[in-house]
Amino acid sequence: MAESDQPSEHDDSGPVPFMQRVLDNPFLLLFLGVTMPAVLYIIWGVMEIANIPIAK
Amino acid sequence: MAANTAFRTCPDTGLKVHLPAQALIKANAVAAVVFLLVGGVLGLLVALTRSELDFLPALPAESFYAVLTAHGMDVLLFWIVFFEMAVLYFASAILLNCRLAAPWLAWVGFVLMLVGAIMANVAVIQGESSVMFTSYVPMKAAPHFYLALILFAVGALIGVGVFFATLVIAREERTYEGSVPLVTFGAVTAAIIAVFTLASGAIILIPTFLWSLGYIAHIDSMTYKLVWWAMGHSSQQINVSAHVAVWYAIAAIVLGAKPLSEKVSRSAFLLYILFLQLASAHHLLVEPGVSSEWKIFNTSYAIYLAVLGSLIHGMSVPGAIEAAQRGKGYTRGVFEWLTKAPWGNPAFSGMALSLVMFGFLGGISGVVMGTEQINLIMHNTLYVPGHFHGTVVAGTTLAFMAITYLVVPLIFQREILFPKMAQWQPYVFGLGVAGISLFMMGAGTLGVARRHWDSNFSDATLTFEYPAAAFLMLGLNGLFAIMAAVGGAMYVVVVVGSILFGKRREGAGEPAQQPAEPPAGAAVGSYGNAGTLHLPGTYVLVGVFFVAFVLYYFVNWKYLSEVWPLS
Amino acid sequence: MAIAPPERRLWWKEPLDKAEIIWITIAFLWGVVMFLAMIYWHIVGEQNLSNEAYRIDPEVFAAKAEEMTEKYTVREEGDTGIPVVHPPPGSDVYLISRLWEWWPILELEKDQSYRLHLSSMDWQHGFSLQPTNINVQVHPNYDLVMTIKPNEAGTFSVVCNEFCGIGHHTMVGRIYVTER
Repeated sequence: MAESDQPSEHDDSGPVPFMQRVLDNPFLLLFLGVTMPAVLYIIWGVMEIANIPIAK
Repeated sequence: MAANTAFRTCPDTGLKVHLPAQALIKANAVAAVVFLLVGGVLGLLVALTRSELDFLPALPAESFYAVLTAHGMDVLLFWIVFFEMAVLYFASAILLNCRLAAPWLAWVGFVLMLVGAIMANVAVIQGESSVMFTSYVPMKAAPHFYLALILFAVGALIGVGVFFATLVIAREERTYEGSVPLVTFGAVTAAIIAVFTLASGAIILIPTFLWSLGYIAHIDSMTYKLVWWAMGHSSQQINVSAHVAVWYAIAAIVLGAKPLSEKVSRSAFLLYILFLQLASAHHLLVEPGVSSEWKIFNTSYAIYLAVLGSLIHGMSVPGAIEAAQRGKGYTRGVFEWLTKAPWGNPAFSGMALSLVMFGFLGGISGVVMGTEQINLIMHNTLYVPGHFHGTVVAGTTLAFMAITYLVVPLIFQREILFPKMAQWQPYVFGLGVAGISLFMMGAGTLGVARRHWDSNFSDATLTFEYPAAAFLMLGLNGLFAIMAAVGGAMYVVVVVGSILFGKRREGAGEPAQQPAEPPAGAAVGSYGNAGTLHLPGTYVLVGVFFVAFVLYYFVNWKYLSEVWPLS
Repeated sequence: MAIAPPERRLWWKEPLDKAEIIWITIAFLWGVVMFLAMIYWHIVGEQNLSNEAYRIDPEVFAAKAEEMTEKYTVREEGDTGIPVVHPPPGSDVYLISRLWEWWPILELEKDQSYRLHLSSMDWQHGFSLQPTNINVQVHPNYDLVMTIKPNEAGTFSVVCNEFCGIGHHTMVGRIYVTER
């Protein structure tokens, strides 16, 4: 998270910042919120379970 | 539904209330409270049985395991998810001054959930499905047990879909300016996690259902557990997001508090969206065959980034309250804002207790227990339910109870009946739950197993005795469970009484003449907070919390270092 | 207010209070510390669960346990005559979990290492070593291997702490640890 900000300048004009646009887009967030755990938790985990060797 | 255009204006908040949405909020809230009542009574029976106190009644073994199964489903799933549906409809249609998308579809979802929830209870009562909430394979329940859960999940998924569709409508019809309110954003977070949760549930429960019917020969127990917990644990992460949103909502409605920083609070929710669900790995830390890399990465929510989100909320919620109170002139000393807070308002006191106990009891214990190695001395002991009664009961349930005291006048348009009882309710329930959580964790630290009917092992071939202190903990847990049950009963009496017999409030049922202005943004204080706010009370509270967290964390590494070396 | 849209259109540009930045930094660093602590413990700590595991047929596992039991039984105990097995230090030790017993009883020597194999014949069980309080999940069809080194002598119990049906609360096993 970038915390660099100009001091108390209350400029409300201009384009909407990138991160604000991301946070205002529920479907992009939905995509991220489903993909992250699906890949990092489920897919990675199932791959590990599938790779457990057979006992000698 | 011709009623799609019917709105009324809330006299208290100026919000435009879509009547079909209001009806759905009512239905879901009522269903939630019914399952809380049923699940709560069952929970009391479980705690009494486990107390091992002779003067308290106890269930026979067979009913104990059935009751425990139903208790888990009724409160962990049904009470919570029904209430969350109400929260989602409120945070979308009501807060965005918008009509709810396809109310008929939301009703279909509601009916599916209701059928599923009732069917699951019936399956357990019939006795062939005492498999616990987790229903780990290869233990098998009756097919309609799994079918019931699938129906419930599909119904809830429909409700979440209606929520997202309402967001789209609100944006297209420009019912609000700029970004959605923070509370709605918290609800978006909860809804996103709900999609992952319910989809995971469907993915694993559908094959399990087929297996119980005999169409599939084998379900791998490890894979089942991995995917099941993507539902089981994430469903509790819906709660976290929802109850944090509720904290912000109560602080705003009761005190007019505004977020210290929209940016910080929303970023904290983003951390939830991205990382919170990884913590499903907490349940697989002592399983065979998954690597430590997977365990450490997932159990730590990717380097504790979701915990960072919680820690941020842990400062910004009390900070918002302190700022609002100081704005009202409670500026003396470090804590006048806190001592002069509306402690007699159950919505506020319930929220405050929920915040504190979620942090100190549920939060800290969850992170400690979710440490890969420390889990070895806690897995499947009573420490686990001790932890999640701190999160789900002290945190979520208390927060949901607190906001009910606002929902009844605003949505049901009834005065609270028995205001004195309502005033005491959060304290009685909160103290009871704090006891439950602490003493179960205490017993768990001493090794006592969860989901276990007989802590004396009287029928075992080989005998074993837990230390005497463990029985003290179990007994105290039983007594505090009685107190929590009293607090829960007070809640049900107040809520049901108010809905049925409470005095109707002014302006009830009057259709709005014209769409009201959105509530004025309560322009207290200036924009942003840099250099304008000094919140010493919040800094002290956060400091105390942090010290407690760090100390308790390292104490548990010390405990771990004393057990048998293993590698 | 949190129930109304942000007051400012470009709220992302809101300046932050210094205290907030400090807290976020502390909280982030604490997360890093807790993350590294788990890795650190893998390097220097003595209590790490090995992730060695194999797929195994319950009958194959039972055969291995029975072979060990036949070789090293020293006596029998309990009404049902459960064998007490004293395997040599360093060897592979098999503990069967099934409805509702841990079989056989093990007798180990203090400060010696053993490769303990855990697997279930039927449903999932929970290996809960008391009063030491070590808890490991046991699955059917999986053989979980961990090297244990008892650091105290005495009588230890293995309680099942994963619900496994109506006899769950009677499922108690035993491990003796003798002085060398």
